[in-house]
Amino acid sequence: MPTVGVKRDLLFKALGRSYTDEEFDELCFEFGLELDEITSEKEIISREQGDTKASGASDVILYKIDVPANRYDLLCLEGLVRGLQVFKNKLEAPQYKRVSPLSGEPQKLIITKETEAVRPHAVAAVLRNITFTQERYDSFIELQEKLHQNICRKRSLVAIGTHDLDTISGPFTYTAKPPGDISFKPLNQTKEYTATQLMSLYKTDSHLRHYLHIIEDKPVYPVIYDSNGVVLSMPPIINGDHSKISLKTKNVFIECTATDQTKAKTVLDMMVTMFSEYCAQPFTVEEAEVVYPDGKTCIYPELAYRKEKLSSKFINQKVGINESTEKIAQLLTRMCLLSQATGVGDEIEVEIPPTRSDVIHACDIMEDAAIAYGFNNITRTTPRTYTVANQFPLNKLTELLRQDLAAAGFTEALNFALCSQEDIADKLGKKISEMRAVHISNPKTAEFQVARTTLLPGLLKTIAANRKMPLPLKLFEISDVVLKDETKGRHSTYFPGRCADIFVRGKNVGRLGVLHPDVINRFELTMPCSALEMDIEPFL
Amino acid sequence: MADTGVLETLLQRVEKVDDGVDSLDVATSLGVDHQVIVGAVKSLQALGDVISAELRSSKHWELTEEGTEIAEQGSHESRVFSCIPLEGLAQSELMKLPFGKIGFSKAMSNKWIRVDKAHEGGPRIFRTVESIEDQVREKLFLVQKGNILLFSLTVKSYWITKGNSFSTTITKQETELTPEMIASGNWKEKKFKPYNFEAMGVAPDCGHLHPLMKVRTQFRQIFLEMGFTEMPTNNFIESSFWNFDSLFQPQQHPARDQHDTFFLSDPAHAHQFPQDYLERVKKVHSEGGYGSQGYKYDWKIEEAQKNILRTHTTAVSARMLYKLAQQKFTPVKYFSIDRVFRNETLDATHLAEFHQIEGVVADYGLTLGDLMGVLHQFFTKLGITKLRFKPAYNPYTEPSMEVFSYHEGLKKWVEVGNSGVFRPEMLLPMGLPEGVSVIAWGLSLERPTMIKYGINNIRELVGHKVNLQMVYDSPICRLDS
Repeated sequence: MPTVGVKRDLLFKALGRSYTDEEFDELCFEFGLELDEITSEKEIISREQGDTKASGASDVILYKIDVPANRYDLLCLEGLVRGLQVFKNKLEAPQYKRVSPLSGEPQKLIITKETEAVRPHAVAAVLRNITFTQERYDSFIELQEKLHQNICRKRSLVAIGTHDLDTISGPFTYTAKPPGDISFKPLNQTKEYTATQLMSLYKTDSHLRHYLHIIEDKPVYPVIYDSNGVVLSMPPIINGDHSKISLKTKNVFIECTATDQTKAKTVLDMMVTMFSEYCAQPFTVEEAEVVYPDGKTCIYPELAYRKEKLSSKFINQKVGINESTEKIAQLLTRMCLLSQATGVGDEIEVEIPPTRSDVIHACDIMEDAAIAYGFNNITRTTPRTYTVANQFPLNKLTELLRQDLAAAGFTEALNFALCSQEDIADKLGKKISEMRAVHISNPKTAEFQVARTTLLPGLLKTIAANRKMPLPLKLFEISDVVLKDETKGRHSTYFPGRCADIFVRGKNVGRLGVLHPDVINRFELTMPCSALEMDIEPFL
Repeated sequence: MADTGVLETLLQRVEKVDDGVDSLDVATSLGVDHQVIVGAVKSLQALGDVISAELRSSKHWELTEEGTEIAEQGSHESRVFSCIPLEGLAQSELMKLPFGKIGFSKAMSNKWIRVDKAHEGGPRIFRTVESIEDQVREKLFLVQKGNILLFSLTVKSYWITKGNSFSTTITKQETELTPEMIASGNWKEKKFKPYNFEAMGVAPDCGHLHPLMKVRTQFRQIFLEMGFTEMPTNNFIESSFWNFDSLFQPQQHPARDQHDTFFLSDPAHAHQFPQDYLERVKKVHSEGGYGSQGYKYDWKIEEAQKNILRTHTTAVSARMLYKLAQQKFTPVKYFSIDRVFRNETLDATHLAEFHQIEGVVADYGLTLGDLMGVLHQFFTKLGITKLRFKPAYNPYTEPSMEVFSYHEGLKKWVEVGNSGVFRPEMLLPMGLPEGVSVIAWGLSLERPTMIKYGINNIRELVGHKVNLQMVYDSPICRLDS
């Protein structure tokens, strides 16, 4: 779950009232958020780097709030406040509007065909006459980071660039060039670098080095220029220093480049809906025109409102409540889904705003109605579903055998299904290639190399870890092993002359015997050990 | 057992007096070490109520070695005084004596002696008074700075009085009832040694079931009692298609990353899928349909073919629901309790392998209220009656609810499970009728087990490093109390 950190007092100020921690926790519970932690910058630094580093850090109380993974509109203080205020009936959800520029043409972003090979999609918009304070600015930067981590899948799907429009001039060109041909002064640097140099420079940057792989090996890197050749950014790595935003910035040019067109549009919509609150004309966003390589154009941001019709019967039946059409429309409006009874029977028309990209089916609307109603207000009922239960035969047999094995004096072990190749082959005197085992790709350690083909190593490792226990040690395990296909009888695990195959109705179902001393040694055991392995499925 | 002679002598002493005797006094008068008497007291106590022995401790002051020396020979300063003759003594000579240094400065401060520094042959010491009183010697209770002359000694003794069954003779006590005693009847004349309830007996040899499996058996029982049929979950390996795609979990979802899921290198891909169904799944992801906008991305078959270790048993539920949809619909209740795999960060409560408990109900017209009702019935069988539900998010359920129960000990609400109603984008491509709702819930098996058995680190419960003693000692599993 993504976590949003907000200053508590700032949050309460925006909400128009204070809450005790318990009251806010309760509000979060109702709405579907989680107040995960109450802390401060000082506490965080103290915990991570020690008290000395923390002295001088801020004491201001921070709320760390967990937000559902599909709610991109709740990833910043602005969105949280808006959502909660509408939920509490303190605010009407704003209507977001795309507007034309007051004078002149809209900003243009021209995409060239070179981008197709590396990062084909781009969208753009303008926030006009915005006023930043330190807090708003921090929130603006933080939201980009959150979106990058979540819906943008660590910038691989979408990357956001924000620029001070007054430091650059359109039309802007989004193209791709060989790294050697790109040169600019990146954010927070004092001199120019080529893209090749930047790749080396950022290899040691704890933040940026995770994104280099997205374009590193490509023949061309994405880059955005203004009409004077000033580099706005080299997505998804870094913006140019020239167009960086400051507290004084009044006009913002936002561009999103992407490998997923749908997500680029969603991300742009999120950025502008959240922060257009601070424009001179609140909740208005100035359009920008994207020109495609084939000459077609498209205006952004989309800020699409979608209408869906459903019946109150649908909501009532799915949730298990009995509310009037008008009441349900009110419930939905509290969830930022502006709704009205159409007057046609029990029909409700629901308007889905651009901030609610998570609503893709009527069931999403239905859930919101239930949340507004209050999950814990719904009457609990019992389904009248009549069924007769059946046990899975393999499990039924297993349960019977377990009881009797314990009655016979054996103790049950529970071992891991994943283990090392050594465990199921070498240590048992076999070759891994003979074992037809299932292999894991990229295991973190040797303990996750293969899935077990036999239960024997697990039991022997249990004995080895319990050397101090009094003898005799009698263990058993009945569980699944994973086989690519049938393996043949294996005898080098056992002591010659002291083992046998088990046949039931002419079929080989397993083997038993004294374990070979080499096997005993490889598992770091000292005492003689006898074992029995049997497949129980033939007995079903 | 102490010498019978001592026991009987002690008993006789006790008999003679009205009140009681002190063990130290007895030891002294018998000329034996006090520990012998202590031993006798303990032996007599083991016989039952023969004597009453009250433990007493008293403090005595004892002299240290130095203190003893002073008591015998006088303080350092008085010895200095007495060794100075009328004609005086050279200071250098005095300092050679063992008591010289300390004694000199003390005798000086007491003004018992004086030093003539100018004397020929070196400084010479003379008496200033005729006689002295060695107060130090008299008052050995003064503790000098840095010199400890005394230490306190705590002596434990017993005050012994007659018990309820006092007698001066000691009768032998039997430890066990024997067949001969039963046959002859002579048990009636015998005295039996009382049990020592502080000592553990020898544990009988027996087998043991693993606590996690014991809890599993109980959960299995609960589901069967509620009419739920067990799903076949004997496949740790699953294709991404059944584990993710059929559940309407998009291919770009973080859970499908290398660091959350175990992918197989061999065999890397699965190839057998119901083709028509696969096409419908592809469509609903990439274009929408069935009333949905879909996710609008390029769905790739290569992603769906990737084999993995299943991340949840919901993959099996999907298979079962698909199978159900291929015939005339009948309502069902399914459950499973089996192993799942997550490639996440490991810590005290998380391992790569754990067990998931899952329950599913499919019927016409099931509501969210019905889901809450079923959860209420299920958790009541675990002894949990106070439940609260919180809105949550799962890619494949809508609505989704986290289930909380009130923990009396911690005095707060704790999460006990996750639940939801499967999305139409998952059910309709399978071919399930439109009016059919499928509700489901899940929780881990390890968490309630760790709470029930008081285990804090999951590694102490699962895997080969588990202490077998824990398995030997684990009590029966009673979930509802």
